[in-house]
Amino acid sequence: MNTIKTWIHQHQLGGLLALALLILVILPAGLDIFRLNLFGKYLTYGFVSIGLVMLWGHSGILSLGQGVFFGLGGYCMAMFLKLEASDPISTRIQSTPGIPDFMDWNQLTALPLWWQPFHSLTFTLLAVVLVPTLLAFCISFAMFKRRVSGVYFAIITQAVALILSVLIIGQQGVTGGVNGITDLKTLLGWDIRSNSARYILYFANAGLLLACIWGCMWIQKTKLGTLLLAMRDKEDRVQFSGYDVANFKVFAFCLAAALSGIGGAMFTLQVGFMSPSFVGIIPSIEMVIFAAVGGRLSLVGAVVGTLLVNLGRSYFSESFPDLWLFLMAALFIGVVMAFPNGLAGLLDSHIKPWLARRAASRQTPVAATGDPVVPASITPTQDLPLPTTIQAQPE
Amino acid sequence: MSNTDFVLAIEDLTVSFDGFKAIDTLNLYIDREELRVIIGPNGAGKTTLLDLICGKTRASGGSIKFKNTEITRMAEHKIVRAGVGRKFQTPSIYENLSVFKNLEVSFPQGRSVFGALRFKTSTEVIARIHAVAEEIGLEALLHTEAGLLSHGQKQWLEIGMLLMQEPELLMLDEPIAGMSARERELTAELLQRICRKRSMIVIEHDMEFVRRIAHKVTVMHQGKILAEGSMDKVQNDAKVIDVYLGH
Repeated sequence: MNTIKTWIHQHQLGGLLALALLILVILPAGLDIFRLNLFGKYLTYGFVSIGLVMLWGHSGILSLGQGVFFGLGGYCMAMFLKLEASDPISTRIQSTPGIPDFMDWNQLTALPLWWQPFHSLTFTLLAVVLVPTLLAFCISFAMFKRRVSGVYFAIITQAVALILSVLIIGQQGVTGGVNGITDLKTLLGWDIRSNSARYILYFANAGLLLACIWGCMWIQKTKLGTLLLAMRDKEDRVQFSGYDVANFKVFAFCLAAALSGIGGAMFTLQVGFMSPSFVGIIPSIEMVIFAAVGGRLSLVGAVVGTLLVNLGRSYFSESFPDLWLFLMAALFIGVVMAFPNGLAGLLDSHIKPWLARRAASRQTPVAATGDPVVPASITPTQDLPLPTTIQAQPE
Repeated sequence: MSNTDFVLAIEDLTVSFDGFKAIDTLNLYIDREELRVIIGPNGAGKTTLLDLICGKTRASGGSIKFKNTEITRMAEHKIVRAGVGRKFQTPSIYENLSVFKNLEVSFPQGRSVFGALRFKTSTEVIARIHAVAEEIGLEALLHTEAGLLSHGQKQWLEIGMLLMQEPELLMLDEPIAGMSARERELTAELLQRICRKRSMIVIEHDMEFVRRIAHKVTVMHQGKILAEGSMDKVQNDAKVIDVYLGH
């Protein structure tokens, strides 16, 4: 058992495993499908939050427009599902059968050209990641190469969020307008509204989120991760060490956008629609609050923060709908002022030292028994999967 | 201007901020393996000159040539890659990273985004980190967080980070400011050792220290060069005594 403990500790996987336990075992075991589906929805915001950890906490670039990328990913998925739901038979009462209902209501008589590729699932899955990434690339390349940074960059991202939501609402005929794209039914003939589909989608979403966290942890450990951290603290030093800092910032922004896009697509699949209310300024700022409350330096913390804030939202917005926004703002200001590194920071600075002190005072008398000897041959290597380690050590 | 043997050739360099000429038609030539010290009163334009060479500030006119290549309008990171290293006045290190990581990040490999993603800490890199750490006297502290180092050690670490890149021209802005007598001693030895393989420009105020390390001294005043030559020659120059050293 000790080797597993060291292995987990060495790779700092404790938090990730605890999160996996929570979202893969505890939540599905303890909640009915309606509540679980709700948690699945919250977890899709988790993708945005971990993107913000990489972008804001790790690289020091605040974006107040992550809703844009969440929305783009979600819309790409929604367009595919809408086309599948709009086959000529089920839309035969329309004046132009075979096109999405909202197009028909807006007197469109043919599917716009740029909707056509979304008949293909492969294209859609690529677009879910690439469309947000490409837009992120264009914005960030233009800004960072011109040395726009800090609060000015944050304001630009907010402007983009406003522009995109206005654009979507204005172009009702091709986007579904303020209602968004609704009535999504099947994915390649598989009914995504059934309970079994919701279970499967929940687990797919949770697994994907854990995989993304793991990927981000890996990036943090590479030289790229170190450089992003170095850039956050001493940008001049990085630049005058021969690095083109703009390129590294572009990467961080694109990474966060790609993650948000995946989250958006999972949202559409689990909730069954996508609308501009997830694109604009308010949702984008809410997403920043999720990451701030959980801890902008901790990937796992940010996901936990996302779950907690959303739980709070669904409780308070039912009981005190008018007060919710004020409460949310107060929460944000409070967190930033009192504990800027969020719940995860609180855990590191207060709870862990306290636990360590307690453990130390308890352990002193038993220290003489010594640690069990671990044979060198079964010391796990980096790529040894976890189950093998357990078999090798049948204690 | 024709090609020269100089590592750095600055001609007619001018920069003005809202009409104020911080550097005024300045000419400066640095030889290979030369250690040049620039002195001068506050506001003489010493730091601005280093900013111009490394690209942090852009010149209004004139030319800066590094090994006969025009670098006046080159991007900052390209100037570094060409072989110009610059240390800032206050220690500029990554406080949250270990000494080892500070040096590792400065190793000139994996400088593109995807290069950095693929970068592996090879035995070559480790060997170099140890060699540089030994040079700057921080070998025992490789795994210490850089923020915990003393002020002098932080200055050395930043010099070490520059040495990782093997620059041909190294520019140091007041490297011994705030150091103890013992640390100044060690720094002088360090600078003498590292200038055997490269040219250096050092800005400094401490005359004792300048006398010890300088091959040649340049005195700046109001964005211009007031005097240039050996320490003795400069110290006995009437103009220099008048504006800087005092009577």
